[in-house]
Amino acid sequence: MTTTQTAAPPANEKPAETRSWWRDDASEPLRRNLALFAVLILLIIIGIATRPDLYSDSTWVRNNIFTILELASVIGVVTVGMTFVIIGGGIDLSVGAIVALAGVWSTTLATQSYGAGGMIFCALAVGIGVGVVNGILIAYGRLVAFIATLAILVAARGLAAQISGKQTQVSTNTFINDIAANDLLGIPLLVYILAAVVAAGWVLLNRTTFGRRTVAVGGNVEAARLAGINVKRHTLLLYALSGLCCGIAAIMLTSQATSAQAAMANLYELDAIAAAIIGGTLLSGGRGTIIGSLLGVIVFATITNLFAINNLSTEVQNMVKGGIIVAAVLVQQFRYKSLSQLFNRA
Amino acid sequence: MTSPEVNDAAVVLKLEDVVKTFPGVRALDGVQLEVRAGEVHCLLGQNGAGKSTLIKVLSGVHRPDEGRIEWLGGEFKPANPQSAMKAGIATIYQELDLVDDLSVAENAFLGHEPRRFGFVRRGYMSRHTRKILTRLGHGEIPPGRMVRSLPAAGKQVVSMARALSHDAKLIIMDEPSAVLAHDEVGNLFRIIRDLTSNGIAVIYISHRLEEIREIGDRVTVLKDGRTTAANLPARTTPTRDLVSRMTGRTIEYVFPEQSTQDRGEELLRVDGLGRTGEFADISLTVHSGEIVGIAGLVGSGRSELLETIFGARRPESGTVTVAGKALRPGSVGAAVRAGLGMAPEERKSQALLLGEPIYRNVTLATFTGYARGGFTNAGKEIAEASRIADALELRPRDVRKPVRTLSGGNQQKVVVGRWLLGDTKLLLLDEPTRGVDVGARAELYQVIRDLAARGVGVLLVSSEVPEVLGLADRVLVMREGRVVREAPAGELDEDTVLDLVMAGSLQAEEVTL
Ligand SMILES: Nc1ncnc2c1ncn2[C@@H]1O[C@H](COP(=O)(O)OP(=O)(O)OP(=O)(O)O)[C@@H](O)[C@H]1O
Ligand SMILES: [Mg+2]
Repeated sequence: MTTTQTAAPPANEKPAETRSWWRDDASEPLRRNLALFAVLILLIIIGIATRPDLYSDSTWVRNNIFTILELASVIGVVTVGMTFVIIGGGIDLSVGAIVALAGVWSTTLATQSYGAGGMIFCALAVGIGVGVVNGILIAYGRLVAFIATLAILVAARGLAAQISGKQTQVSTNTFINDIAANDLLGIPLLVYILAAVVAAGWVLLNRTTFGRRTVAVGGNVEAARLAGINVKRHTLLLYALSGLCCGIAAIMLTSQATSAQAAMANLYELDAIAAAIIGGTLLSGGRGTIIGSLLGVIVFATITNLFAINNLSTEVQNMVKGGIIVAAVLVQQFRYKSLSQLFNRA
Repeated sequence: MTSPEVNDAAVVLKLEDVVKTFPGVRALDGVQLEVRAGEVHCLLGQNGAGKSTLIKVLSGVHRPDEGRIEWLGGEFKPANPQSAMKAGIATIYQELDLVDDLSVAENAFLGHEPRRFGFVRRGYMSRHTRKILTRLGHGEIPPGRMVRSLPAAGKQVVSMARALSHDAKLIIMDEPSAVLAHDEVGNLFRIIRDLTSNGIAVIYISHRLEEIREIGDRVTVLKDGRTTAANLPARTTPTRDLVSRMTGRTIEYVFPEQSTQDRGEELLRVDGLGRTGEFADISLTVHSGEIVGIAGLVGSGRSELLETIFGARRPESGTVTVAGKALRPGSVGAAVRAGLGMAPEERKSQALLLGEPIYRNVTLATFTGYARGGFTNAGKEIAEASRIADALELRPRDVRKPVRTLSGGNQQKVVVGRWLLGDTKLLLLDEPTRGVDVGARAELYQVIRDLAARGVGVLLVSSEVPEVLGLADRVLVMREGRVVREAPAGELDEDTVLDLVMAGSLQAEEVTL
């Protein structure tokens, strides 16, 4: 029998730091969003290449940035709520329908008679209310989120059509209508609202117990439950939060159009989910960032803007958007696979 | 002693100076290893020594940064786990890697389903799986059953079946016995002997020295990613030598003093608790400052009982009373508010947020308490988690690292550590030392004893009878869902408990330990 023995290593030798900060865990969020920044820069380069005449005008460039942000504002607010729901392990297909229902309900003649305060209260209450219904169905009724919110999508659009009698309801409230029309310090008010919602969403996700519970419930629901977290109540709150965001978005959208109708905010659920996903939110839950989602929304708005300044059709635009979603999900899947292979397998 | 054939058998696997680094960690820092055909080669080392990393290098999960691997005489550089399997290396990983929503047979043949004309041969697959399961002593597991519905030990059997479904020349087992009960380990050893007699080599990892003595031929010891001793004879090397090469110091593997103080008032009273098919008519009490151990086989209903007391399962009959107040059945929230804490059996699926930092996992049950006005207090959480990390010798000590980068034993410390924070009055521990190394185990025992000395009640479930006897003041023996004996730990010995546990069990005569 051979017994070879190598000398024991010196006891207090530190393992060498062989990797740069770049490979460090702390730089992970930056790395994750880098691809989106690259896409954004690419889109701007395409813009400059296709319309050099416009881009040579600095006032136009400045205004165009706000145009893009304004374009992103309504869907951005919806996406913040959606990001919470997806990180929490769910999905909300009813967001567009909730925006429409809240918009229609807050612009009925009866509601408008209570003034701007009444309209805002109505929109937020309808949003939260439908969100709570979603939450009850999913958390306590144990319906699959996809099915429950799909049913609510259909029902809420139906109710909106019923209330509005399929008519466009014009908003006569100047306070509401002025929100979208006005600037503060040269920046549209809608952009401030987006900024406020994003900031609040960031704080909520990263600095509060609510955010911590969201990650726990979405990351490992059994672990969260066995740690004493009230998973059902939290799930309900997540859908209520998404509903609240939809209520805010309804007011913004009503203000932009100075009217509301049952077909408004069409397919917002797809835009919001797509933005969250390309922003790095894991569809299976437990992982995602508000900043990533915001970047996702801005990328989509920039594409829309790029097509608008080149006078191209929306059909092609949708095809390009679809392609970007597929690419983003492929990249994510690849990341996820390699991650799970490296770390989770065992 | 090693049989002569093994001595002369050809070297099938040889590693030279293998290095593998992760960001900030040299997990392998120059490993030598030599495995012969038909031998059981044991790997020993503390939690985080690099054992799992080493086998993941062999199985194609990780690519080594430096060094040379020779397999069957040629240089070996597996690009991925599939190519390692094709080359004849099958692996049972430390953390189960089964697909919960596939059947037992589909899991066993995952990635190499038998096909004919492009169609999976389901019948053949199912028959073959049944054959392997029978060989493993578990013919009762139906090949068509969903893996999700199996208990932890059943899942371990399925991952062994997966390894055996390959035509492997080397089978690597990373702590296979951690989830297995006493009699199952006997089964496992029988299979290993069967394999080695056919010339198949086995790499066996375990923290239980007595297993290595029984099944091992040679031992290689790792410490901090380096081979500190290679090819020691498994049966004759003194324990003191092995431990000191693993840890660099000598550790007495003893249980802390049993407390002499009188037990306090009654904390937990369970009356006639039952769930169909799991356990029936269980009554027990735990007093403040008392450690009550539950011994029993996997499948005797121990884990289900703990989960029911904790409110994670709803009892069909019976009541749970904590400090004189009836506990709302089926509500974990109510249990936690009443001062209960539970470290569950399966760390990965029941306890950990793998992508989240260590400290957030440690404070998962307590972060609300540190928060002010709904805002989390990261500074306080990190400080508290670091305190636990020190007490349990967690490695690495930096609690901001994600839990998934921890070794298995260190992840287990996180699971138990979670309930050492806060003011838990009654701690339910389900296999708390699973995968924890000898040294850290002693620390953990001390921590549990200290808790009891402070008045915390502990209800402990463990497959390791010496652990139950050494740590508990009072012991309940469970068999087939019922308590068959209750006695102070001092009145029982290992053989008595084993007899009680296995009376009537068909596998009793196969126990070789
Ligand atoms: N994916 C990873 N990223 C970063 N560090 C890692 C990763 N995997 C392992 N490590 C580190 O490498 C070291 C060796 O870990 P390994 O899992 O090989 O230990 P082990 O010997 O199997 O321990 P145990 O007995 O607890 O299972 C540990 O310090 C661990 O934290
Ligand atoms: Mg390991």
